Amino acid sequence: MTAEVEKPLARPRRPFTTALAARLGTRLALYAVLIITSILMIVPFLWMVSTSLKPDYQIFEFPPTWIPQELNWGNYVNAWQKAHFSRYALNTAVYAVFATLGQVTLCSMAGYSFARLRFPGQGILFVLVLATMMIPFQMLLIPLFVILKRWPLVGGNNLFGTGGTGLIDTLVGLTLPSTISAFGIFLMRQFSLTLPSELADAARMDGCNEATIFWRIMMPLMKPALTTLAIFAFQDAWNDFTWPLVITMTERTRTLQLGLQTFQNQFFTEWGLLMAGTTITVLPLVVLFVIGQRYFVQGIALSGTKG
Amino acid sequence: MAVAGTTVAGAAGETRVPTRRGPGPVVRDQQRTGIAFVAIPMLLFLIFSVIPMLFACYLSFTDFKFTRAPIWTGLENFRYLAIDKVFHTALRNTALYALGVVPSGMILSLVVALFMNQKVRGIVAFRTCYYLPVVTSTVASAVVWMWMFATDVGILNAGLELVGLPRQRWLMDTKLALPSVMFMSVWKSIGYSMIIYLAALQGIPEHLYEAAEIDGANSWHRFRHVTLPLLKATTFFIFVTSVISSFQIFGSIFVMTQGGPGYATTTIVHQIYLNAFKYLRMGYGAAEALVLFAIIFVLSMINWFFLRSDVEYW
Repeated sequence: MTAEVEKPLARPRRPFTTALAARLGTRLALYAVLIITSILMIVPFLWMVSTSLKPDYQIFEFPPTWIPQELNWGNYVNAWQKAHFSRYALNTAVYAVFATLGQVTLCSMAGYSFARLRFPGQGILFVLVLATMMIPFQMLLIPLFVILKRWPLVGGNNLFGTGGTGLIDTLVGLTLPSTISAFGIFLMRQFSLTLPSELADAARMDGCNEATIFWRIMMPLMKPALTTLAIFAFQDAWNDFTWPLVITMTERTRTLQLGLQTFQNQFFTEWGLLMAGTTITVLPLVVLFVIGQRYFVQGIALSGTKG
Repeated sequence: MAVAGTTVAGAAGETRVPTRRGPGPVVRDQQRTGIAFVAIPMLLFLIFSVIPMLFACYLSFTDFKFTRAPIWTGLENFRYLAIDKVFHTALRNTALYALGVVPSGMILSLVVALFMNQKVRGIVAFRTCYYLPVVTSTVASAVVWMWMFATDVGILNAGLELVGLPRQRWLMDTKLALPSVMFMSVWKSIGYSMIIYLAALQGIPEHLYEAAEIDGANSWHRFRHVTLPLLKATTFFIFVTSVISSFQIFGSIFVMTQGGPGYATTTIVHQIYLNAFKYLRMGYGAAEALVLFAIIFVLSMINWFFLRSDVEYW
């Protein structure tokens, strides 16, 4: 910030006019507002980490202090081991990774087909995909629960889907509905429309079939869109709360978000432990965002403006 | 929701290869591959979206306790919806929530985006700060804010005491609970709208500003007559998507207040959840979900028609 201010002043010949002073003032105010609001935005995170590292006696100190007197990693150890956050993290990772793999594969195939291949029923199917984007997920909670409960031949169910619990409280049931997304198909279709057709035509001349053209030529070109889709799919599954709340029942399948919520219900006064658990839950996505910021921003801009 | 301005009518596709005896090998290969590529995705859509959607509509006209088959009750659920005080409270809370969160979130994100667009240095650092709440899950944000809202040892009350104001009961106060949740939601959503606004601002061609400057426009005029009109479509998009997501508020309510104190913060989705999965009145829950769908459907339609008729400025 100081560099910004000093630079114009350092030039000796330029007269220090009121206009210049006014511009400097605006610039300073601009940075001041941006810096202050930025800090306000991350205060909850700083407070979270600060609390999680404080020794117990310091947590309830009033007025509160920001810097832990000694670093107490015990909250993290306890959250990870005693509060089963290791198990929750594993479940969440399984959910997020398989949802991402499913979406990246299936949405790119479908999106590409809708954009670049011709087959009967194409128009109506794409309209159907777009239409499902308007359905609020909460509306599907009840029927999805029933469908997964009555899934035939699993979880003690017979051929007609009765007798057992089906896919309820299983990682498969948790993940399966998220392996496809209308938004993903839409995104991949929009991106496929921008792919060059000359390459595909040349490959066709050489006798390549459509599947080979897709896997060998088009897929590598779709990398930016695939990365964006992967990041969103991962984020959605990692942060998902409502679906795990409905479909998981036991520790065996519980995800981080749900673990955190249940944990908060039981130990709502153990703030140190709770903040350690929250930090564990938040950290992977923060790291992912810092690494892949470009793709987050691109993806949002892509979905927010006209493709 | 990102249906923004697309041509719905199928694919641009490749040129057909005309032959005299039916479709050629390329056309047939395209048809086979196309169908094969969409088969699994469409099957999953059928099982996890289309059938559930139809099933949900059917259930809303039934008495369904989950343990036994649904019994058709016609409009019974909807008749009860019309007199259900709790659901009306939920509707009102949800509307109030949207009314509080959407405009303030939009104005703040626009201001931040305008500031960020002034060729500032360290834009990546600023953007990271504003966007971190967006990548943070609802539950995690809710838990952290509960700790900050805590009545005895919360940092917010400490701040109030520091400036000589009385402590507040925040989430336990009937009047303050909903505004407290709203405050957190604004914090959580600013970054998202800000990025969309920033992308739109960066898309405005520089020569429009130069032309305005030559015509003697000051910075307010430039904002009012160049920037604002060109942000119309973006603003509308953010408005509609924010209203839609506000109407779906659930996670933060469930974690922070459980709808309380009393019914002060219960929302539509919270009621759907309670009725369906706690009281096991799934038919009634489905009817409430249908109301939510109707609201969102109307909003999506408005969004879609508006964006289709949008004018290009350059």
